[in-house]
Amino acid sequence: MFSLLRSMWLVFLHTFHKRETYQYPEEKAPLPARWRGRIALTRDPDGGERCVGCYLCAAACPVDCISLQATEAPDGRRYPSFFRINFSRCIFCGFCEEACPTYAIQLLPDFEMAEYDRQNLVYEKEDLLINSEGKYPGYNYYRVAGMAIAGKDKGEAQHEEPPVDVRSLLP
Amino acid sequence: MEAHYWWVIGGVLFTLLNTAAGLIWLERRMLALWQDRYGPNRAGPFGILIVLADTLKLFFKEDWIPPFADKVVFVFAPAVVVASVLMAFAVVPFGPNIVVADMNIGLLFFLAMSSLGVYSIVLGGWASNNKYALLGAMRGASQMISYEVFMGLALMGTVVLSGTFNLGKIVEAQRGMWYIFPQLLGFLIFFIAGIAETHRLPFDIPEAESELVAGFHSEYSGMKFGMFFIGEYLGITLISSMIVTLYFGGWLGPAFLPGVIWFILKTFVFISVFILLRASMPRPRYDQLMEYGWKVLFPLSLLNLLGTAAIKLLIDK
Repeated sequence: MFSLLRSMWLVFLHTFHKRETYQYPEEKAPLPARWRGRIALTRDPDGGERCVGCYLCAAACPVDCISLQATEAPDGRRYPSFFRINFSRCIFCGFCEEACPTYAIQLLPDFEMAEYDRQNLVYEKEDLLINSEGKYPGYNYYRVAGMAIAGKDKGEAQHEEPPVDVRSLLP
Repeated sequence: MEAHYWWVIGGVLFTLLNTAAGLIWLERRMLALWQDRYGPNRAGPFGILIVLADTLKLFFKEDWIPPFADKVVFVFAPAVVVASVLMAFAVVPFGPNIVVADMNIGLLFFLAMSSLGVYSIVLGGWASNNKYALLGAMRGASQMISYEVFMGLALMGTVVLSGTFNLGKIVEAQRGMWYIFPQLLGFLIFFIAGIAETHRLPFDIPEAESELVAGFHSEYSGMKFGMFFIGEYLGITLISSMIVTLYFGGWLGPAFLPGVIWFILKTFVFISVFILLRASMPRPRYDQLMEYGWKVLFPLSLLNLLGTAAIKLLIDK
């Protein structure tokens, strides 16, 4: 009996406690920096697309919400001709971000994506591309990779030795 | 006189139905307050228009009668709870001269009407033809019967002290001292029985949503469910106003406020206690509830009646 009265009193004391609610639309909850929210395609420091259309994100995606088509520019750079994420399917698991070898696809701390029309949740490449380097500033895939593109031949990448002429090594 | 009478009836009905609706909002705000939340605070000032939204929602819900139910009784049951509680309010004196029926057996009438409320639970649970509803109805019936007994006995203490069953006269008899002081035990017993009578938490055993889906009203939807809901809130108001009338001096209070205001203020204090109970209490097991009723409260209420009568006799001599 005493414990019942005590619990009633303790609950009553909550009248004077601070309320924990975030008044959401006016007052936003702080999101952690690694929050897995809206997916974006980032750019390298020169403003070029980082995505090279390797399909690893589409392969890693457990709900198959990513679809893209790789193509190649005349200068030798690969890029996706379309890149489509269906956010009505996406579960924000972040596997695509882990799979991406060029840091192109990244999940941002943003969840306010509600739409009245389901079709509006299908994001095209121009919706996904952002004007930012995301979580990896200064990273440029073509400058560290050994692949030859226009204006950068083999062996000119950072920390890369010039290619060895295998025939000159013959005895 | 005739005009005054109609004003009283209309006013009481209007106030009660609006109070019952407003309690939905009040309860949600109070529970939220005690759980460090805000509760409904968007629609209108302090979210009070949530009442409107809730009511509209109830009206637009599908009013479904299950094909396996006993249709006549199924429709009839929700009306009983509201009707019986509203009838009981007829004898409650809201202020000097503000009472619908100034009966000389007002207290007995209240007991009779509040007992009739059990019919809605039993009939509703039986007519639903659903095992959970029937279990809830059975629990409701036995709980009501066992708590009804000493609810009446606890009230007899005030009757012995005041010498009348007329609620208005009982209030008048408390001018010297509120009956809470000589009848503290009676008040506690009546309060506990009242919680059981309105089947509110912690004694919401007929409903017991964590074990019985929703108990006796599992099969109800739309406005029929709404009637049970309103009946429950009216029941809280009824028990609170009876507590105020019998133990806290009814409309009596310092003269700077009119009697009705004192009555309403005191009633709302007890309504808040009901909500506080819901916020803080766990539900007892069914057998614990019956044991507590028959083995503790029933003998206590008899002792209380005996002691009160003896002291009254001694003083009168």
